[in-house]
Amino acid sequence: MNVENGVHDAHYFVPAPSKWPLVGSISLFCLALGAAFWMNSVAAGPYILALGFAILLWMLFGWFGDVIRESVHGDYGKQVDYSFRWGMSWFIFSEVMFFSAFFGALFYMRVLSVPELGFGVGYHAETHGLLWPMFNEAWPMASGPKVDAYEAMSAWGIPAINTALLLTSGATLTWAHWGLIENKRGKLKLGLAATVLLGAIFLCLQAYEYHHAWGELGLKLSSGAYGATFYMLTGFHGMHVLVGAIMLTTMLVRVLRGHFDQHHHFGFEAAAWYWHFVDVVWLILFVFVYCV
Amino acid sequence: MSTTANPTIDLGAGHHDHAHDHDHDHHTLTGWRRWVYATNHKDIGTLYLWFSFAMFITGGLMALGIRAELFTPGLQFWQPEFFNQLTTLHGVIMVFGAIMPAFTGLANWMLPLMLGAPDMAFARMNNWSFWLLPPAALLLIISLFVPGGAAAGGWTLYPPLSLQFGMGMDLAIFAIHLLGISSIMGSINIITTILNMRAPGMTLMKMPMFAWTALITNYLLVAVAPVLAGAVTMLLTDRHFGTHFFKAVGGGDPVLFQHIFWFFGHPEVYIMALPAFGVVSQIIPTFARKPLFGYHSMVYATASIAILSFMVWAHHMFSVGMPATAQLFFMFMTMLIAVPTGVKVFNWIATMWQGSMSFETPMLFAVGFVCLFTVGGFSGLVLSIAPVDTQMHDTYYVVAHFHYVLVAGALFSLFGAVYYWLPKWTGNMYSERAGKFHFWWSMVWFNVTFFPMHFLGLAGMPRRIPDYPLQFTDFNAIASVGAFCFGLGQLFFLYNVIHTIRGGVGKAPANPWDSPTLEWEVPSPAPHHTWETPPDEALVKKGLAAQALE
Ligand code: HEM
Ligand SMILES: [Cu+2]
Repeated sequence: MNVENGVHDAHYFVPAPSKWPLVGSISLFCLALGAAFWMNSVAAGPYILALGFAILLWMLFGWFGDVIRESVHGDYGKQVDYSFRWGMSWFIFSEVMFFSAFFGALFYMRVLSVPELGFGVGYHAETHGLLWPMFNEAWPMASGPKVDAYEAMSAWGIPAINTALLLTSGATLTWAHWGLIENKRGKLKLGLAATVLLGAIFLCLQAYEYHHAWGELGLKLSSGAYGATFYMLTGFHGMHVLVGAIMLTTMLVRVLRGHFDQHHHFGFEAAAWYWHFVDVVWLILFVFVYCV
Repeated sequence: MSTTANPTIDLGAGHHDHAHDHDHDHHTLTGWRRWVYATNHKDIGTLYLWFSFAMFITGGLMALGIRAELFTPGLQFWQPEFFNQLTTLHGVIMVFGAIMPAFTGLANWMLPLMLGAPDMAFARMNNWSFWLLPPAALLLIISLFVPGGAAAGGWTLYPPLSLQFGMGMDLAIFAIHLLGISSIMGSINIITTILNMRAPGMTLMKMPMFAWTALITNYLLVAVAPVLAGAVTMLLTDRHFGTHFFKAVGGGDPVLFQHIFWFFGHPEVYIMALPAFGVVSQIIPTFARKPLFGYHSMVYATASIAILSFMVWAHHMFSVGMPATAQLFFMFMTMLIAVPTGVKVFNWIATMWQGSMSFETPMLFAVGFVCLFTVGGFSGLVLSIAPVDTQMHDTYYVVAHFHYVLVAGALFSLFGAVYYWLPKWTGNMYSERAGKFHFWWSMVWFNVTFFPMHFLGLAGMPRRIPDYPLQFTDFNAIASVGAFCFGLGQLFFLYNVIHTIRGGVGKAPANPWDSPTLEWEVPSPAPHHTWETPPDEALVKKGLAAQALE
């Protein structure tokens, strides 16, 4: 609470007019239109999608480039720093809520809809008897008559290794942060590089796991409640790991260029917060998607 | 960044001096760039408000399309498919395009002024929040012209219908994604501005009520917008990638969608109601010339509405099939919400009690709000009774209920806000006669339109149908006449605003209403940059003392 503590920049930094938001909007418009076209087999779809993606990259480089320049130039005072902290915290909160929707769907299906379809709970007994006599409720094989056979993913192969990798990466990142605070740049660089590497290995293993599941286990997005929640949860998580790894790589590049000092390094901290958040999501996911 | 701006950054200068040049030299662009590249909270607020008005007209025309069809039984103008597209787009556009952006626009314009801040916390992201709205609106409009037409399953997008439409549904889903991104960024910005940008001396429990409602509203929004994004993403994968979230054949359930949707949806209705409470809590004390009664209880009531609103969602699903315990739980929780809402109504009335009241247009809209919103609250209470709702669900009674809280509630408060702050925005006074005419015209025709819908609903007329049995004819005809007259009146509102911008009935003083809040301490019209240095602590304290606290 800076107001109570009297933290006010003499002149709060208000950025000059910028074209990047508009570029971002054009990009998202193309992405949306392109995706809708593509999903409905309109020929132009993939091109519009690719265009949107290219514009997005341009925007990200341009916008974050500006932010980094402003930061290095010393535009951001203490109060701006507070703003960034609040902003990042609420952003992560919104991400938590996004994942909650999918976890909610998982719990709902496991606790309510799958048992009801499978053997009928309470007054839902008729649901199984009359409507879905063929429905098999045994998780993770829960599926109706029209779902192709598949095998579930075991928790103790790659997923367990991945858990270890992510937990370790959380530790190396904190170690890097200590390096930054102690002004030991070598420790910082090493820790950060190790974190990025662990994240990359995680992603490779995840890709391999998908390949294995889709090709060899026959586990697809269409494999009933299990397939849908498995891919959507691990998929969105994987995307977040990718984004987090890109953020950390950016930080690594900035560190190599001599950015950040003991007191001013919120960019680094924001990426770290995000990484820890992704880590926690994985833990919950490991328990509820793979183990239970 | 500075492709157009002139980066006069003196690298040698100290940080503070440099920031100072920055503010004055290249913050104002002219022509279209001023609006498209804007980082100024007033410019962005103006954009939001005009966009919202454009969507209000668009959605309003769709409503008139609906009412024209329902004027008499039988099919006159539209095929049922198109009628359903009209009801769907009307709902989506009014909720996401008209009401929500209008409140975000107000927050943009007024929060920095009221809190004594130089701008919003994230001025550049602010621009993006706004400029995501036009593309989203464009996607919705495009969807009308693709094969199969626009989404036609109602604004609630329930499966299995929403799994069956063509490309129009996908466009609606992506539009909702863009709107959601915009909402999340907008709400993070507003929350951070309130938490971090207040002038020295303005502690949380001394902020103007409008700031409190903005804070809590945007907390709700940042919590539930991502949930809606998740829900429509599941729709999308069910539609195109073979998942079974909402299909029983793979273990999913269409009812699951309803749960997720309403987990978003009920807080969403408070996202449209709380800022209206905030506006009214600014206007009534001003024109009753008394501090707001029960400021603290007002804050706690707002907060408890926010918390409770996460625990009532299944009152939209009483007729879907739920265990009796769940029905009871959601029924009692819903009734509980009426308590803090009642506290608010009580406080507004107590503020007016023995006040030295005058009835300028903003006050008329505020008092109209209190009366009619309460009617909507009561019909809500009726609907919250599970066994009653089993009869009433999906009838015109529900339509009457939510138009009382949304049109006479949210929209009237917005009209009040516009008349209240127009002098500050434009530097001119609006014509009081014209404003009063707009109020009474809207008040009368609003009730002519929506009051009969209670009777239609009680008699069993379902919502979202293009045709109906003969016995419903009279009330439908009345409602249609009311709707067209109401719509006409809003053109008069547009005329009033433009007239005021062009000079109105004369120059406005800095503080035409003699109100103690900070926005009235700056000149009218508010200069492009205000509170570049925070206001004097004594000034803040003086205003706060007069404003709210007993
Ligand atoms: C005293 C407070 C309120 C109570 C007890 C209440 C209760 C209810 C109930 C039970 C329903 C479901 C009716 C049905 O579909 O069968 C409903 C629908 C609705 N309410 Fe309220 N409500 C309240 C306030 C509000 C407010 C403040 C708003 C918005 C500003 C609002 C907007 C709506 C909307 C939009 C719907 C219909 C959604 C739809 O099905 O399309 N309500 N309300
Ligand atoms: Cu509700």
